[in-house]
Amino acid sequence: MEALYATVTGILTACGIYLTLRGRTFPVVVGLTLLSYAVNLFLFSMGGITTGHTTIVDSGQPYADPLPQALVLTAIVIGFAMTAFVVILAMRTRGDLGSDSVDGQRTDEPREERK
Amino acid sequence: MTLLLIVLLPLVGSLVPIASARSGRTTCAWLTAILPAIALGIAAWYTPAVFGGQLPQVSLDWVPALGLDIAFRLDGLSLLFVYLVLGIGLLIILYARYYLSEKDSMSRFYAYLMLFMTAMLGIVTADNLLLMWFFWELTSLSSFLLIGYWSHLSEARKGARMALTVTGAGGLCLLAGILLMGHVVGSYSLTTVLEHRELIQQSSLYQPILLLFLLGAFTKSAQFPFQFWLPHAMAAPTPVSAYLHSATMVKAGVFLLARMYPVLSGTDEWFYIVTLTGLATLLYGAFFALIKQDLKGVLAFSTISHLGLITLLFGFNSKLAAVAGVFHIINHATFKASLFMAAGIVDHECGTRDIRKLNGLWRYMPYTTVLAAVASASMAGVPLLNGFLSKEMFLAQSLEAQMLGGLSWMIPALATLGSVLSVAYSLRFIHDVFFNGEPRDLPKTPHEPPRYMRLPIEILILLCIMVGILPGIMVEPILRAATAAVVPGQAPEIHLALWHGFNLPLMMSAIALSAGVLVYLLRNHIYRFHRQFRAVNARQSFEFSVQRVVRSAQWGLDRFENGSLQRYMFLLLLSAVIVAAFGLMDVPSMAGLKSLQPLDPVVVTGAGILCLAGLGTVMLHRRRLLSLLFLSVVGMFVSLTFARFSAPDLALTQLAVEVVTIILLMLALFFLPQKTPKESSGRRVSRDILLSMIFGGVIASLNYAVLTRPLQSISTYFIENSVPGGGGHNIVNVILVDFRGFDTLGEITVLGIAGIAIYKLLNRLRLFMPSSDMEGRPWSPDRYPVILSSVSQTLLPLALLVSVFIFLRGHNLPGGGFIAGLVAAVVIILVYMSRGVEWTQRRMSFNYQPIAVTGVAIAALTGLGSWVFNKPFLTSSFGHFDIPLIGDIELATAMMFDLGVYLTVVGSTLMILANLGKVTTPHRPSKEKQ
Repeated sequence: MEALYATVTGILTACGIYLTLRGRTFPVVVGLTLLSYAVNLFLFSMGGITTGHTTIVDSGQPYADPLPQALVLTAIVIGFAMTAFVVILAMRTRGDLGSDSVDGQRTDEPREERK
Repeated sequence: MTLLLIVLLPLVGSLVPIASARSGRTTCAWLTAILPAIALGIAAWYTPAVFGGQLPQVSLDWVPALGLDIAFRLDGLSLLFVYLVLGIGLLIILYARYYLSEKDSMSRFYAYLMLFMTAMLGIVTADNLLLMWFFWELTSLSSFLLIGYWSHLSEARKGARMALTVTGAGGLCLLAGILLMGHVVGSYSLTTVLEHRELIQQSSLYQPILLLFLLGAFTKSAQFPFQFWLPHAMAAPTPVSAYLHSATMVKAGVFLLARMYPVLSGTDEWFYIVTLTGLATLLYGAFFALIKQDLKGVLAFSTISHLGLITLLFGFNSKLAAVAGVFHIINHATFKASLFMAAGIVDHECGTRDIRKLNGLWRYMPYTTVLAAVASASMAGVPLLNGFLSKEMFLAQSLEAQMLGGLSWMIPALATLGSVLSVAYSLRFIHDVFFNGEPRDLPKTPHEPPRYMRLPIEILILLCIMVGILPGIMVEPILRAATAAVVPGQAPEIHLALWHGFNLPLMMSAIALSAGVLVYLLRNHIYRFHRQFRAVNARQSFEFSVQRVVRSAQWGLDRFENGSLQRYMFLLLLSAVIVAAFGLMDVPSMAGLKSLQPLDPVVVTGAGILCLAGLGTVMLHRRRLLSLLFLSVVGMFVSLTFARFSAPDLALTQLAVEVVTIILLMLALFFLPQKTPKESSGRRVSRDILLSMIFGGVIASLNYAVLTRPLQSISTYFIENSVPGGGGHNIVNVILVDFRGFDTLGEITVLGIAGIAIYKLLNRLRLFMPSSDMEGRPWSPDRYPVILSSVSQTLLPLALLVSVFIFLRGHNLPGGGFIAGLVAAVVIILVYMSRGVEWTQRRMSFNYQPIAVTGVAIAALTGLGSWVFNKPFLTSSFGHFDIPLIGDIELATAMMFDLGVYLTVVGSTLMILANLGKVTTPHRPSKEKQ
C-alpha cells in the first residue's frame, strides 16, 4: 500500500512539475493545481496512511493523526484561493498584453525593445 | 530620564524649522536654536555630577531579544562631545542664518542640521553599541543630505554620494565589528563591554574586531587611504563644512577610537595600524594643504592632517598621549570651525574661493583678517593659543614612542615635519588671502560681513585665546573627566601649563615655526615640484569604479534574470530537487522497518485511475478543455483517497473545492485560447520531462521513506485535550478553530485578500471574446437550460440547510466552517449558472466583499474577545446549554470563530466566481439578440 501511495504522489508531482514548466499560462495553472494535489497527498501521508481510523473523540475507533489533516484542510482552501488568483492574473495578462505567454511578452513586440 | 532629552530635544527640534518655515528667516533661526540650547543647559546641569565622578545612565528596553536597548550614558568623554556638538551647533545655526541666501530653503537646511546634530549626540551618548551604530549610520545619512544640500549642483550630488558610500561602507564594517564584539562579550551594553578588556584582547576574534572597528573609524575620520571623500564634501555650504569637519562628522571616527580605547588599545596591532595610519594621514594632508588653490580645499586637507595627528596620538598606547588626543580634539574643533567660518565669509563677500584671485583682503575686511589670523596661528601652534598646548603635548609624546625599535627617532622627526608643514599652510592661509598684494578679478567688491555673522567666530577665537593662556582653569576639569572615561584605571597626572621650561618639545616647536616660515617662502619650488605629477582626480576615479561595479552587477544580474519565467522555474525546481536529493542520499536505505499494509483491489484500481488521469492531463494539455476534464478526475480521486484513508473532513473539503476550482477554470478558459500552440523545442521538452521525472522520483522515494518509518506524532496532545480544552469531539475542527486558530485566522485573511485582489484584477478588464468553440462551432443560443434551472432553484434552500447542518455539527463530527462555506458557495454558483447573473443578482442583491470582510472581522474579534477576559488572543471557552425541543447544545466561542471562517469562505468564493461570471455575461450570445 505504502509503495503504491508513494508512486501516485510521485507521478502526480512529475505531471504537475512538467506542466508548470510550460510557456503558456493555462497549462501552468493546471500544473500548479496538479502539484498542489500531490503536495496535499504528500503532507497528508505524514501522519501515516490508516484505514478505518477516525478523528472523532469517543467514537470507539483508533485515532488517525489529526494534525496533518487540519493542515491539509486549510492548504486545500488556500490552494484554491491561489489558483483563482493566478488564473485571473493570466486572464488579465491576456487582456492587457494580448498574449498568454508566461513571460508577459506582447505578441506584436519582441522582448528586446522593452528596455 | 532627563538624560534622554539631550538626544530627544534636537530630534524634536528637526521639526521646528519645518513648522516655522513661514515665520521669517530670523525667527526660524531663533526658534530652531531654542531646543538645542535647552539640551545644552541640561548637559551643563549634569556637569558637576560628571566632574564629581558620577555616571548618569538611562536605559529602556527596545528589542531585548537582540540586546538592543535605548541606553544612554554621560561620562566625561560624552559630556565633552555633547558640549562640542551642541555649542558649535548653536554657533553654526547663527552663522547659517546670514550665510544662506534668500534662494536657499532655510527650514530644510535647519531640519537636516538638527537631524545630524541628533545623530551625533546619539553616537557620543549611546550606552549600547548597536544603538551607537544606529546613530552612526544616521550621521552618514544626514551628512549626505547636508553635503548634497545644493542638490542642483552636480558637484554637491557627487560629493554627497561619495561621502555616503565611503562612510556607509565603513559603517557596515563597524556593525560587523560590533556584532563580533557582542559575540565575544555576550552583551552589547557599552558599560559591560568596557569592563571586558582582557576577554576581548585574548579572544581569537580580537584581530578581526580591531580591524573592523578601525575601518569604521578611519573611513569616518577620513584617514589615509580613505581620505579622498573629505575634500569633495567641500561642495557643501560652508556652515555644513564648518560643522561636519570641525566638531562632528569626522570627529565621530576619533571619538570611536577614544571610546574603544579602554578595550582595544595597548596591543602591538593597535600601535602599528593606528600609528602608521595616523602618521601617513598627518603628512599626506599637510602636504596637500600646502598645494591646494581652493580656500576650503586647504582647510579640508588641513583637517585630514589634524585628524591624522589625533589618530597618531591614540596609537601611541600611552595614557598621556590619549589625553593629548582628547585635548587636541577640543582645540581642533574650536580653531577649525572658526577658520571654516572665516573662509565662508571670504567666499560669501568675494564670490570666489580661489587663492590665486584672493589677495590683500585686509584692506576690505580688517576685522575678519584679525580673527582668521588668530585662528590660523592657533592651527600653526603659536604660543599663547590653544593649538600650541596640544601640539607641545603631541611632540613630547612622539619622543616617548619606542615601538619602532632603532627607527623610533623617525616618529618625532616626522611629527616635526608635519608641524613644519602645518605652520606653512597656516601662514599661507593668512598671507596669501589677506595680504600679498591686491585682489584680482573678484566677482564682488569685498566688505565686512554682517555683525552677527562674525559673532560665532569671535566666540570661538575668544575660547582659543582663553584656553591658550589659562588652560588650567578653562579645560583641565573637562579634560580630566573625559580622560577618566578614555584611560582606564589610574588617571595620568595632567598638568596643563603654558611654560614647562626649556625642553626638547619646545625646541621642536621652535624648529617647526621657523622652518614653516622658510617652507612658505620657498613654496613656489614646491608647486613646481608638484606640477610634474599627473593630477589625480579622486572623484573621477571614484565615479569610474562605482560605475564599473554597477555594470558588473548588472551583467551578473542579467545572467540570472533574463525575464523568462520558464527559466526561473527550471532553476528553482532544479535547486529544490538537488537539495532534497542530497537529504535522501544520507538515508542508508529507502525502506524503513515498519511493516507494510496489504493492497486491496479497490485501492489499486483507484490509484490506477488517478495516475492515468494525471498523465492524461499532461498528454492532452494542448487541448485545454479535455485536459481540464482529466484534472477534475484527478481531483475527484484525490478526494476519494482522503475518504479511503480516514480523513472525511478532507474528503468533503476537497470535493467542494474541486467543484469550485473546475467551474472557475472553465470560466477562465472561456477567455483564454482553447489550445496551446506547440512551441517548445524538442530539447526543452526532453529536459523538462527529465527534470519532472527526477523530481517525481525524489518525492516518491521521500514519501515511501517516511511512510515506512515509525511515526512519532505530537497529536496525542490534541487528541487528549480536544474535549476538555476545546469542547469539541472533531479533533481536526478543534485544531482549526482553537488550537491553531491563529493560523486559520491568517488563512482566511489570505482568502479574503485573494478575493479582493481578483475583484480588482477583473475591474475594467479588456477581453478577447471567442465567438465559437475550438472546433469553430458557434456557442449554443440556448440561454439557460430549463431543467437545470428548476432543479437548482429547488436545491438551493435544501443545500443551504445542509450547509448550516454541516456547519453546526462541525465541532463534533466531520464538517465545519470551511466545508459548510464551500457547500453554500457551490449551490449559489449553481443558481448563477442555471439562471444567469442578472436574474440571480436581481433576487440576491448584495455584495460579497462585505461578507468576506465581516467574516475575517468576526474571527478576529472573537480572538480579541478573550483579551477582555484577560486571556491570551484566541482563547476559547465553551459551555452546555439546554434548549427546549433541540436538547442539549454545546456552544463554544470557537463556534463564533468558525462562523467567521464560514462567512469568509462564502464571501470570497462568490466574490471570485460571481464577478468572473459577471464579466462573461454581456458577451454571451442569446436568443433575444438574434
